[in-house]
Amino acid sequence: MIEYILTFILFTLGLYAILIKRNLIKIIIGLSIMEYSMNVFLILVGYKNGATIPVFTSLTEPRPDAMVDPVVQAMILTLVVMSLAVTFLLITIAMRIYDKYGTYDIRELNKLKG
Amino acid sequence: MIQIQIILVFMIIAAAIAIGTADLLGSVVAIGAVGLGLSIVFLLLQSPDLAILQLVVEILSLVIIIRAVGIKDKVNVRERRFIATTISIILMGIFLTFANIALLEIPGFGTPIMKIGSEYLKNGFVQTGVPNIVSAIILDYRAFDMLAQVSIAFASIIAVLMIIRKKVYKEKQ
Repeated sequence: MIEYILTFILFTLGLYAILIKRNLIKIIIGLSIMEYSMNVFLILVGYKNGATIPVFTSLTEPRPDAMVDPVVQAMILTLVVMSLAVTFLLITIAMRIYDKYGTYDIRELNKLKG
Repeated sequence: MIQIQIILVFMIIAAAIAIGTADLLGSVVAIGAVGLGLSIVFLLLQSPDLAILQLVVEILSLVIIIRAVGIKDKVNVRERRFIATTISIILMGIFLTFANIALLEIPGFGTPIMKIGSEYLKNGFVQTGVPNIVSAIILDYRAFDMLAQVSIAFASIIAVLMIIRKKVYKEKQ
């Protein structure tokens, strides 16, 4: 049970970075930390004590009862690639903002203000 | 498992360094430490496919974040903002409280429910002929899911290329 709580603390650190920090790179890093914590939480939910990887190594004695949950692993396989795409998109937008404004500070991005 | 707790504490420390430090390059290196620790956690929790994928994805995202940080930017925002800090700490406290309440509803660590997963494990090899059940799920049972994922990745690559090109951008100015 303490693993879950550590995962929530990691999520909270990412939330803190998004809420408080004013550098765009720091905000993207906070989003990455939140994604990592959700990945590790889902994979912790699907773990079974004393189980092995969900791959059949012996066809004469298959043991499907002693394997971890394969569904969460398939979901996280999708989620990791999605997080990579999101990070790429955010970084390119941040670089374009730097070209236009000359800084990563989000207080300077006020061309639409007023 | 004590190994997972140790690596999770290491990940928390690395994340705190990544958020707190004033040096942007050091921050990127610390986030790389968090991702590689996540890869080791995947390996310890019996999912080697995810460990390999996480390693590759982590290195790719590190390279592109370093490309963004390589622009010399000297923004070091370090000031005290009591109201914003207080409000966000209250928000995080609310989140932690409700998460711990919700934690009582889910099964404990090491005893999953596995209603769908046990069916896949029982019938997966007979129905698909693939020994690796994770591959059987993502490529056979949930192939439409994978198709949507590939189309979203393709769309994101097109969006990145549209944002990053400079030709049209200069002509308009």
